Order: sequence, then C-alpha cells, then structure tokens
Amino acid sequence: MYAYDELDRTLINERVSEFRDQVKRRLSGELTEDEFKILRLQNGVYLQLHAYMFRVAIPYGTLSSKQMRRLAHVARRYDRGYGHFTTRQNIQFNWIKLAELPDALAELAEVGIHAMQTSGNNMRNVTSDQWAGVAPGEVEDPRIWSEILRQHTTLHPEFSFLPRKFKIAITASEHDRAAIKIHDIGLRLHKNADGEIGFEVLVGGGLGRTPFIAKTIKPFVHGRDILSYVEAILRVYNQYGRRDNIYKARIKILVHELGIEKFAREVEEEWKQMGHSALTLDHSAIEEVRSRFSYPAYEKLPHMPDELKQAAADPLFERWRKNSVAPHKVQGYSIVTLSLKPVGGPPGDATADQMDAIADLADRYSFGEIRVGHEQNLALPHVAKRDLPQLWRALDRLGLATPNVNLVTDIIACPGLDYCSLANARSIPIAQELTRRFANHDTANMIGRLHINISGCINACGHHHVGHIGILGVEKNGEEFYQITIGGRADENAQMGVLIGPAVPYAEVADVIEDIVEAYLALRDRPEELFVDTVKRLGVEPFKERVYATR
Amino acid sequence: MPLVKNGRITTDLFVRVADGDELPGNGDILISSERFLVDPEALLRRSGKTGVIWPNNRAVDDLVPYLDRLAAVALVFPTFRDGRAYSQARLLRERHGYDGELRAIGQVLRDQFVFMSRAGFDTFEVKKDADADAFAETMKRYSVFYQPTGDGRVTALNRRMQLRHSESAGQ
Repeated sequence: MYAYDELDRTLINERVSEFRDQVKRRLSGELTEDEFKILRLQNGVYLQLHAYMFRVAIPYGTLSSKQMRRLAHVARRYDRGYGHFTTRQNIQFNWIKLAELPDALAELAEVGIHAMQTSGNNMRNVTSDQWAGVAPGEVEDPRIWSEILRQHTTLHPEFSFLPRKFKIAITASEHDRAAIKIHDIGLRLHKNADGEIGFEVLVGGGLGRTPFIAKTIKPFVHGRDILSYVEAILRVYNQYGRRDNIYKARIKILVHELGIEKFAREVEEEWKQMGHSALTLDHSAIEEVRSRFSYPAYEKLPHMPDELKQAAADPLFERWRKNSVAPHKVQGYSIVTLSLKPVGGPPGDATADQMDAIADLADRYSFGEIRVGHEQNLALPHVAKRDLPQLWRALDRLGLATPNVNLVTDIIACPGLDYCSLANARSIPIAQELTRRFANHDTANMIGRLHINISGCINACGHHHVGHIGILGVEKNGEEFYQITIGGRADENAQMGVLIGPAVPYAEVADVIEDIVEAYLALRDRPEELFVDTVKRLGVEPFKERVYATR
Repeated sequence: MPLVKNGRITTDLFVRVADGDELPGNGDILISSERFLVDPEALLRRSGKTGVIWPNNRAVDDLVPYLDRLAAVALVFPTFRDGRAYSQARLLRERHGYDGELRAIGQVLRDQFVFMSRAGFDTFEVKKDADADAFAETMKRYSVFYQPTGDGRVTALNRRMQLRHSESAGQ
C-alpha cells in the first residue's frame, strides 16, 4: 500500500475546501449550472436520470480495509446502502445529495480517498493490474509508477482542461490485465537490453463510437523520462486535439487523423525541446516514492498446507478454488478474486454490509489490503493458502464466492438506462437475465473462459467492443434494441469484436446469446479451445448462420 | 471587468484597440495578433508600450522574435473549458523566457486562478467582481503542488526529498 504523508493529506483536504466553496456558490446562484457543471465534473459528480452520481477514485485499484469501511459508511450515510465498482477501478454512488457532497468528501479525505478527476476533460484515475505487486513474473510493481503518475496528473496546471477525458493504464505483466490497449496512453513496463526499467508507450486507444486499439508510439522510454514523455504527448494533444466536436476530441482521433508516424514526430519534437527538465526522475526521486509503499511481512509457508489438502475433499470448495484463486509470487500465498457477479445481481454492486465484511476479511486474511479490478470484481491479494477454506466459507455466507470468475456470467456492464442519462437501453437487466440462463456452474465451467460485456449506449462504458461477446444497446423507434458482436478482447492481443447480424429486441437478447454459446460448443475443435479462439479460427459466419437461421 | 495584476485589483493601463480603429499617438495599447504581425517593427517603435492578444489556436513561435520588446501578451480562454492557453503560457515563460506581463482574458473564473498562476500568468481580466475580490484568498487555497512548472513553487516530491536529506544529515 502507498501511505499518504502530510503533503498528500493536505492537498486532498484543500481540494475538499475548494469543492465546498464551489457547491456553496452554485447553491447561492453565484455560479451558473453551466459553469458548475465543469467544476463538479472535475470532482466526479454527474447529474444522472434520478439524482447526482458521485464517482470516487480508487487509484490503481488498491484499497485498505480502513478505506473500504469508509466507503461502506458513505454508502450507508449518504446513499442507499450500496455502491457500484466500475471498469476503471472506481466506485460510484448513485443517490447522493449535492448539499451533502462536501461532507461525504471530507469523510473520505480522512482516510486518504478523493474524487479528483474521476470525470471531466482531464487526466483520469490512473489504472493498473489489480494483481500488481503480487502476480508472479512482473518486471516490478507497476503501482510505483502508477503513483508517480497519479501525483503528476493530479491538479495539473496545464492539462486540467483538455479537449476530452484522458485515461492512462499501466501493466508490468506479459498478460495484460489492465486493458492498456484501449486507453489514451497505455504503458507496458519492461526492461531494455541493458536491464534498465522503462516503458513501451502506446497511444490512441479507446472505445466509444469510434473505437481504436492503441498503437505503439515508442518501444522504450526510460523510467526516468516517463513524466516528460507523457507530458510531451499531452502538450501536443492539448494544442492540436479537436475541440469543435465532442465525438472527435479524444486523442485517438488526433492520432488517427495525423497518422501514428506524424503524431510520433510531433511528440518527439516537443520532447526533445523539453530536454533534461525538472520532470526527469533521478534515482532518489523514484526511491522516495518506492519507499512509501509498504509490503506485507509474509511468513515462510508450505506450498501445499494440510488445510488445503483436507478441504480438497469438498467439491464445492474445489470448484471455487479452481475458479477464483490465482497463484501468488510468494510461496504459500494466493490471490483470491471475490465475484461481484452473483446470479441475478447487478454486476459490480456491493452493499455496505458486504464492504464492511470484506474489510474485516481483508484484515484477517490479506494484511488489510483489497484490490478492485476492471472486470468489476474485488480481490484479496495476499491470502495464505492454509486460510483458503475458512475464507471461502466466510465469502460464501456473504454471497461473494460465486465460482464464475472469467466465465460467461462474469459480465461487465455499465449502469445503463436504469441510472444513466446518456443510455439508450438497459444493461443491468440483460446481465441479470444472462446470469440466470447460465446459472448452472457445471455448464458455465464447460463453456470455459468467456467475457460478455454490455453497454447501454455507444459511449461504451461497458467495453462492449472488446467483450468476447459484446452487447450494445441502441434505440430504434423508441424501443430498446441490441447489437451483438463476437471475437473482441481487451488483453495483450486486444481487438474489436465483429458485428454478427441485425440488432435484436430486448426480449430476444438472452436467447441469441444462448444460441451463440451453443454454436460455439458445437464448433469448437476441442474443449480447451476458448470461445474467442474459435471465433478467430472460423470467423463470424458460422455463428451468424446458426443464430439467424431460425430468426 | 476588473483587472487583477500581481495579486491586486488595478486599473488597466493598456487601451484595447480594435482592428479597424486608429491607434492613439501615445499610451499603451493592446492589439490583435493579426494587426501586430502586419508591421510589428513600426508598432514597436511607438512611444507607448505594446501588448498583443494572441489566439489560442496559433503557435506562439510566431511571436517569439518580438518577445523581448513586448510589454504584454494576452492569451485567450474563449470558454474556461478550453485549456490551450495554459500550454502557450508555459511555453512563453519556460521555453522562450518571456518575462513581461502575461494576461489571461476571456472566461476567467476564480477556479482557474491557481492553475493560471502556476502556468505563468500574472495578470487576469476576471469576469466576475466577486471572483476578483476573492483573488488573494483563492490563491491561498493550495499549499501543496505535485508538478514542477516555471512558477518556482517547490513540488511535494522535492519537499519530501529535502526533508529526508535534512533528517539523514541530522543523524
């Protein structure tokens, strides 16, 4: 965990005071709604269909148990007793009252949580691998760099009024769990031939109505230069990104219109002119940030403790362990994913009581640490293997042990028309219906890894383009219709899914998805061939034929 | 519209002259970039000071040859959500060494003061009287800064390293 010091605490308290003043000026009429809109967005406050929505930052998805308890408190005291974890490792509250927001923020600030830049046209919460620092085989803990970037991007005096929002994601693993290729800037930590730490820098990824996979702008930027290089990209974007059309304002459009080579030359030119600047991070600066991260005092534990051997006799435990428990870099420990996708539930929601209970379990079993992943699940990153059976029983009682991680019912979905003022169609009920259709875990297991992503409109908050199956809500003559794509993926081989056929009405979506899955089961050449690989091998046609033959 | 310069509400000594209008014989003037670039040398020979209003969609490079003879550069915020002039300001101050008046004009609200000051602005045409009155107070809102800019404020990282250094020196 990164430990805030007095300076970090002072800054977020100063931000709370500023926001309090802004709310006061709005309520007194001194600020127009138009002016206030930009200011509230800078602090994560949207006006939704029914109420204000408040998005709180969880930088690179790391939370302490104390912070989780405070989120539970905010859910209970200021909202309706629950929160929604998002695809960018944030949490949203849907029923906040404007006049109470400054107090909620002040309570969060006490435990080092803020809502700075969780919306608006600025640099958003820096995201990373939810297994950062614990996954085997990482180049190093990407959170060190995430924190360096978090600080650098917070209240940046030059880049707080960009043409459009700007998202950065970092991974240090070969397998990309941070979806860096669908970010404005994606950073992949790796070492050069001399063993020095640096980044492959990708730029111009993003979904929305014009989706692009990010392109590599520079294969290696030395760690000491990463701030100046990112600043050079942003300076080019701030000056030349389009501001005439909100739908063409993301950096992906600028990169596309200029071409990656020309864009790269512009950045390179700007970067050279910066030269050796105050942004260059010397060794001691990096070490200063590194020193503020604390790591658990792991015990020396056996790879296969007796508790685990005994529990293996219980098929329900084994089913959960095989699904939700992942290898840890330290022997005797595991990473445990907590599914926020129960059958029939809205994906990513957690109640205040669940949050409190998770905080307690984190204290007992995970050195007080919790992670949030972009798939809208949580994780306990340092669980001793001997504790797995006990933890499982506790999670099961809380409804957090659904063994469906990465399976067909582990659905990513935006809030959709149930909450969102931008949506054309509902997302949550579609997800709920699908989890009921595939509620049988043996069937889901037999299907294997399959990501379904649902967005209620073209803004693509549910990342439908990169779902193995993507579902996009559209409006046709006042009715909800859904376009379905297959073959998308968000990992290191990221690509957009391909449309399978005409949009289908709300009532037919679950049937169509069932047909697609049945087609896959018939078409896969062996049980190990994943859905997305079958689509890659055969293309869309055989799926289309089977799905639309009877429609 | 009140003018805040060097932290205080003050009288604007520059007269803004529209493109078609005749220039006053003496006195300080603020004119458009187009007008300035037609014959910069002639304008700079006038007895009064010259300031230029520079649009936010034109590279400041074209202004660089004249910077040491300009008394003011005004950068434009057509709306406060349009942040291009922040980059222009930093380039003028930090790359091109401009040390004359750097003025923010357009939709300037108190919520931008700290950002603008950090980017190098020292003069503000403030839209609302209440915001101009609150200038000094607003500038005190923040005491911690994460990014190094040309404004000389010490960053959080440097403060931490200084602290660490002095602690280890004291041992």
